[in-house]
Amino acid sequence: MLAADVTLNQYLLLSAFLFCTGVYGVLARRNGVLVLLSVELMLNAVNINLVAFSAFTRNISGQIFALFVITIAAAEVGVGLAIVLLIYRNLKSPDLDRVDQLKG
Amino acid sequence: MAQNIAFWILAVAMAGAAIGVVRSRNIVHAALFLIVVLVGAAAQYIVLLAEFVGIVQFFIYIGAIAVLFLFGIMLTRAPMGNRGDYDNDQRWPALVVALFLLGVITALLVDAFGNDKINLNDRLLASSRTGAVGNEIFRNFVIPFEVVSMLLLAALVGAVVIARRD
Repeated sequence: MLAADVTLNQYLLLSAFLFCTGVYGVLARRNGVLVLLSVELMLNAVNINLVAFSAFTRNISGQIFALFVITIAAAEVGVGLAIVLLIYRNLKSPDLDRVDQLKG
Repeated sequence: MAQNIAFWILAVAMAGAAIGVVRSRNIVHAALFLIVVLVGAAAQYIVLLAEFVGIVQFFIYIGAIAVLFLFGIMLTRAPMGNRGDYDNDQRWPALVVALFLLGVITALLVDAFGNDKINLNDRLLASSRTGAVGNEIFRNFVIPFEVVSMLLLAALVGAVVIARRD
């Protein structure tokens, strides 16, 4: 027999914290791989939200959406790392600050 | 009560590791901190009775994505020691933006959901078994499922084309 109550907000606030950490990382990091790591933090925050709401509303669709987000994250990391590798090969450095040819 | 204790232990570990991801001055340590966050998230899903999502998170994120990141670090020949300065000069504006966003989201969430509870009971467990997830995917979400498989194929081909040396 399983019976326990957890607050919905504790999951949502954890997720908000992870998301904001990811935002900080994307804005403040220079290395392309580290920016992608921060993007993963944000995607995970969204997944926690989806699963928490799935349990809250007793609707399993939230879990399905979390699975789709995991799939898209895998695709995104593959393409993203390929782009970072290309930047590294062309500029001899993975620093995104050097990708500034459009700068006025 | 056990669920709440598990939540807080995991939450503290995940929050600390998330800060480690964005503050670590060692790029390999940042990737390893991300793995702590991912394992914590998988455990949170299992606490929320989403067993299939938890296991998928474990296999795909830790088994595939984390390894991919370590390969990316290796291939971009990042300095392995504590030598790198990986932050750009917008660190303080970024901190302001992140804290502002956190404040706004927190205020909204507390206002909107106050003390709403999730009842973790046998009925929820029965309705979120792996079999139920499979039924839902292949009944109501079969077209998005096919679309996402096409997307994975396109991403695979795209990654090869982008990273190819020619």
